[in-house]
Amino acid sequence: MDIGNETLGNQDHLQRRWSHLRKLLERSGPFCHPDFEPSAEILNFVMSSCKVLVIGAGGLGCELLKNLALMGFREIHVIDMDTIDLSNLNRQFLFRIKDIGKPKADVAAEFINARIPGCKVTPHYSKIQDFDEEFYRQFHIIVSGLDSIVARRWMNGMILSLLSYNEGELDQSTLIPMVDGGTEGFKGNARVILPGISACIECTLDLFPPQVTYPLCTIANTPRLPEHCIEYVKLIQWGKENPFDCPIDGDDPNHINWIYEKAQERARQFNIGGLTFRLVHGVVKNIIPAVASTNAVIAASCATEVFKLASSCCLPLNNYMVFNDVDGIYTYTYEAEKNPDCLACSNNVKTLDVKDGNMKLQELIDSLCENPSYQMKSPGITTVIDGKNKTLYLPLIKSIEERTRENLKKTLNELGLKNGSQLIVADVTNPNTIIFSLRMPKENDMVVE
Amino acid sequence: MIKLFSLKQQKKDGESAPRVGNQKKASAAQLRITKDINELNLPKTCSTEFPDPDDLLTFKLIICPDEGFYRGGKFAFSFKAGPNYPHEPPKVKCETQVYHPNIDLEGNVCLNILREDWKPVLTVNSIVYGLQYLFLEPNPEDPLNKEAAEVLQNNRRLFEQNVQKAMRGGYVGSVFFERCLK
Repeated sequence: MDIGNETLGNQDHLQRRWSHLRKLLERSGPFCHPDFEPSAEILNFVMSSCKVLVIGAGGLGCELLKNLALMGFREIHVIDMDTIDLSNLNRQFLFRIKDIGKPKADVAAEFINARIPGCKVTPHYSKIQDFDEEFYRQFHIIVSGLDSIVARRWMNGMILSLLSYNEGELDQSTLIPMVDGGTEGFKGNARVILPGISACIECTLDLFPPQVTYPLCTIANTPRLPEHCIEYVKLIQWGKENPFDCPIDGDDPNHINWIYEKAQERARQFNIGGLTFRLVHGVVKNIIPAVASTNAVIAASCATEVFKLASSCCLPLNNYMVFNDVDGIYTYTYEAEKNPDCLACSNNVKTLDVKDGNMKLQELIDSLCENPSYQMKSPGITTVIDGKNKTLYLPLIKSIEERTRENLKKTLNELGLKNGSQLIVADVTNPNTIIFSLRMPKENDMVVE
Repeated sequence: MIKLFSLKQQKKDGESAPRVGNQKKASAAQLRITKDINELNLPKTCSTEFPDPDDLLTFKLIICPDEGFYRGGKFAFSFKAGPNYPHEPPKVKCETQVYHPNIDLEGNVCLNILREDWKPVLTVNSIVYGLQYLFLEPNPEDPLNKEAAEVLQNNRRLFEQNVQKAMRGGYVGSVFFERCLK
């Protein structure tokens, strides 16, 4: 058992600390994965090579970091774009009063590193969008505790874009599993996403509850709830009176106060009770109270899944667990199904062979229309060049057609398209947008340079 | 079963082929809006204007109704689809001042599918038809401009005159409307 001495340190208390993991990973048992092969190597992998990325260092993030670090993971990165606020301290237990205003990622990493010897948490005080594919590719597993659908969709798109296919066959070494947790008051969910294999965020987008909205006419003319009054001030009065010459900032107490006063006037006018400052704050900022115990349950489930994925000791969650303790405790796990038409993950990129970069866009469009396997009618084509969207040609929208018509005569090289560039093609003959990856013969690529 | 740990060992040995370049992938919102825009099936009374052909998420819709109260007028709407499209509807504002029961003077539009009844299966086209319908059948039951709604309900002739007055450019009550005839 050389790993014990080599990587995990000689101290006795450390030996004992991981003895429970040893029992799990070095022996077989009735609950193990059918293909599980007990070995001392596994703990070694978890502790010395497995690299985990935690996204978010808030309610779920603090729990996740603590859980993962105590489970033996040592190479952890954490990303969070936020700073610590007083209202976080009741549940985000890695933070103290003195930390208010500091980046969450930095403080959380520092706390874990000081508290758990051997564990190395690397903080990133930035947005997930600030990192590229190279950065995300280095991780074995990604676990997220996010509070936004946009961020989830972005992450989902990122891990999907890392996949590579050989002859339509997924290359499993490019797969990075994502464990996603979410909570809202007393409700929460945990799920495991194997990109390209199981349902992704985009497949199940309709599971996210829509934002609460009220009909505009009700807000304007027949308000019945205090929320209607707040929405009225927020949507209509603010724009009209523009009291601070800027959009509403939910974190500015002056703004909230102004909305509170105006909403009160309106509530009085319509005899509506129950309007409080707290409610105004809640409605304007879309606040849903966070419950520490829900975070703990969901993060525990997510951390367990990360461990199962890293060690292969048990079958992972398949694949969506809901938890609700509003009234008693209820939990249920089911298999969210992959949507065969999913915009993000069904689109395994198709390869489009072109003879060289001197091909004109018009010729490429003709070939899409003539190619027996596509037979398109009037394809609209856009692309992404250096992270910027570019419309190459849209035949059916007059104002765009006129301004993109000249592109038809240009060659692919002139348009900035290279070997590996992606074309986004929409056509009536297909229910979804198709993504093509251009493949040009190598030598031509060089000539063009 | 995915054996992460053995897979990653392989990866270390024979590092998978690096991908070409550093092209960011198009967002799901972008994929979807490309489809929506390419398949816009505009009625002959409608046209679109894209200030930047590379930004399909931001554009203007011009409606020139050819029947009903608003015949002969020309009305512009701004569309802005966010990164969360189609989970959230695009933001639509009327940029032409209009005397209309369901559009207020700030350009807010009361159309159910723009807010409470939006579903991701709906498209830009559905909104275009919804807006077009508002001009054919203004709905006084669901008013945003209460005065206009009351007039429509009580005196259709007067409403018709007010609409004409507003479209020609002039005052209706104390509100001045810019001329918006085609």
